[in-house]
Amino acid sequence: MSFLDLKNVTKIYPNGTKAVHETSLSINEGEFMVFVGPSGCGKSTLLRMVAGLEDITKGDINLEGKLINEVDPSERDVAMVFQNYALYPHMNVYNNLAYGLKNRGIDKQTIEKKVNDAAKLLQISDYLQRKPSMLSGGQRQRVAMGRAIVRNPKIFLFDEPLSNLDAKLRIQMRLEIKKLQQKVGVTSIFVTHDQVEAMTLADRLAVINNGIIEQLGTPIEIYDNPKSLFVAGFIGSPQMNFLDGNLKNKTLSAEGFEIKDINSDFEGEVTLGIRPEHLSQTENGLINLKVDLVEQLGSDNLVYGQLKDKKDFCYRCPGNQTIEKGTNLSLNIENNKYYIFDKSTGKRVN
Amino acid sequence: MKIKPLQILAHIILILGVLLMVVPIWISFASSTHDSVSILTEGMKFNIGEYFSRNYNEVLNEKGGWSEEVTAAKMFINSFIMALGIATLKVTISAMSAYALVYYRFKLAIPIFWLIFITLLVPLEVRIFPTYKIVSDLGLTNSYTGLILPLVASATATFFFRQFYRTIPDELLESAKLDGANSWRFFIDFLVPLSKTMIAAMFIFMFVYGYSQYLWPLIMTTSEKYWTVVMGMKIIFTESYEGVALPRTAERFAYIILSMLPPVLVVVILQKWFIKGLIQTEK
Ligand SMILES: Nc1ncnc2c1ncn2[C@@H]1O[C@H](COP(=O)(O)OP(=O)(O)O)[C@@H](O)[C@H]1O
Ligand SMILES: [Mg+2]
Repeated sequence: MSFLDLKNVTKIYPNGTKAVHETSLSINEGEFMVFVGPSGCGKSTLLRMVAGLEDITKGDINLEGKLINEVDPSERDVAMVFQNYALYPHMNVYNNLAYGLKNRGIDKQTIEKKVNDAAKLLQISDYLQRKPSMLSGGQRQRVAMGRAIVRNPKIFLFDEPLSNLDAKLRIQMRLEIKKLQQKVGVTSIFVTHDQVEAMTLADRLAVINNGIIEQLGTPIEIYDNPKSLFVAGFIGSPQMNFLDGNLKNKTLSAEGFEIKDINSDFEGEVTLGIRPEHLSQTENGLINLKVDLVEQLGSDNLVYGQLKDKKDFCYRCPGNQTIEKGTNLSLNIENNKYYIFDKSTGKRVN
Repeated sequence: MKIKPLQILAHIILILGVLLMVVPIWISFASSTHDSVSILTEGMKFNIGEYFSRNYNEVLNEKGGWSEEVTAAKMFINSFIMALGIATLKVTISAMSAYALVYYRFKLAIPIFWLIFITLLVPLEVRIFPTYKIVSDLGLTNSYTGLILPLVASATATFFFRQFYRTIPDELLESAKLDGANSWRFFIDFLVPLSKTMIAAMFIFMFVYGYSQYLWPLIMTTSEKYWTVVMGMKIIFTESYEGVALPRTAERFAYIILSMLPPVLVVVILQKWFIKGLIQTEK
């Protein structure tokens, strides 16, 4: 049995909203698990059930082999970092960190040592006497982290803790969280709707949609091998291109081109998915792209345009290539890296 | 900075308002330092006279009342105890009941809240006979408990505390729970400090409310030992003076001035918190 086990966990809110549906998941000790999905998909609800802040409608949650469904949040020994940090506004930073320790009846010297250690780790030692209202966004974020770390809990839970920060700080804190987690080695669950955050932080990630885990795996597994249309569209930036097509006798016919010898016996309406980075320019390629717009990121260019049937399409090429607006590009799919999904169910078929 | 005509007008209105409130107090104070004869013959005074210490000394120490059992000082103490008791209990009980209403999401919370709220329609004066009956059946007439107890529930304060608690983000409670705080600790460590200014404001209002009670102490005290200031105002120093049937007007003015002090004192002590809350929100 693994460290944290969710078995057929379902959450139905009193108003009838079904937020989480029969979800099972195992998390290993020390693992950094990320729940990623669009807003409203139930990831916070799942996290909050682990924390004990929401009742579990059905199913079991086991922590270290012990059923914790009915255990009060204060007894679960988990720490959570909230989106708005939920710092205690009337207490200074020191007391924000110390409060949880005091409640556990730890003696003063130990508290002082632990708080100072955590403060040093997070570089907030200089603000210990300040109230949260006198701190910047990044500093508040650190205090929230400090409050979680100082208790040395069994699990860290993060509910979109970076979404209130500006872009630069977000990237910086993302790195720090990852480093910190590796240093402290505490099992963590991190909730985010940002797929870049998810990819960079996760040891393993769970892509959630409509209260269901669509796919579970390491970031690379999920990127390389998405099991559904939803996962394919959600993971990867810029988004995967999707084209309508028809699959018959292992031949896919889309508007303007055909792909033969496809490794699938499926027949019928399909969606073809191609990542912008899995394309290259050749003569007489499969795909003809009329360029509308080029975004130069320095290292890469993002080329946006339209196919013959006016469908929007994106191609990512190295930054040293200059591409003019209005030109026609001929593109091939590299190494047969394309994904085919059943159009009606969204399931991967190749 | 240029002063606009509108600002001048606003200030004139404000100054008039201040005068309207301060002048009567000044007249009372000035008159309380003269002797009664000159007030009765010459009218109320604007200047300070020379009987300050004599008048105030008499007011504080002379026994009054029909059976000459109570001094004004004793009445101040009674009123102070009553007002303090009422204010303290009202604030405590309201804060706690609002806590229950907001944070224990039991089904009847909203009906109960409205039930509490409509008690505003039946103030003590309306239910004074049943209240008296209950208090006297409990044997609490002529006691501080009897003076205080029927007045300790407050729909107004419950309402304000409830509104305030509802503005506190849920994450604060959740975070506190994960930090191991139980319900009681959350109340003491979070709600009380966060509503400090609210508590101060409520305490001031409720103190003044308790202090100015008239009908209830009048009905439920038969012993002069429990007379309160407001009751005394009607009764004290109305008797004849040294054989001549002259009301002791100067002493009554002194009594009025003294009766204003306890509420003023409470405001002065609590205003620091109160003002701080108005200029900085800690949420
Ligand atoms: N307290 C609640 N009562 C009723 N429905 C809720 C409550 N909290 C969340 N929901 C609903 O449950 C679904 C999942 O919410 P949530 O877990 O917060 O999503 P996410 O964190 O992925 O954005 C949403 O449809 C949301 O509207
Ligand atoms: Mg959420």
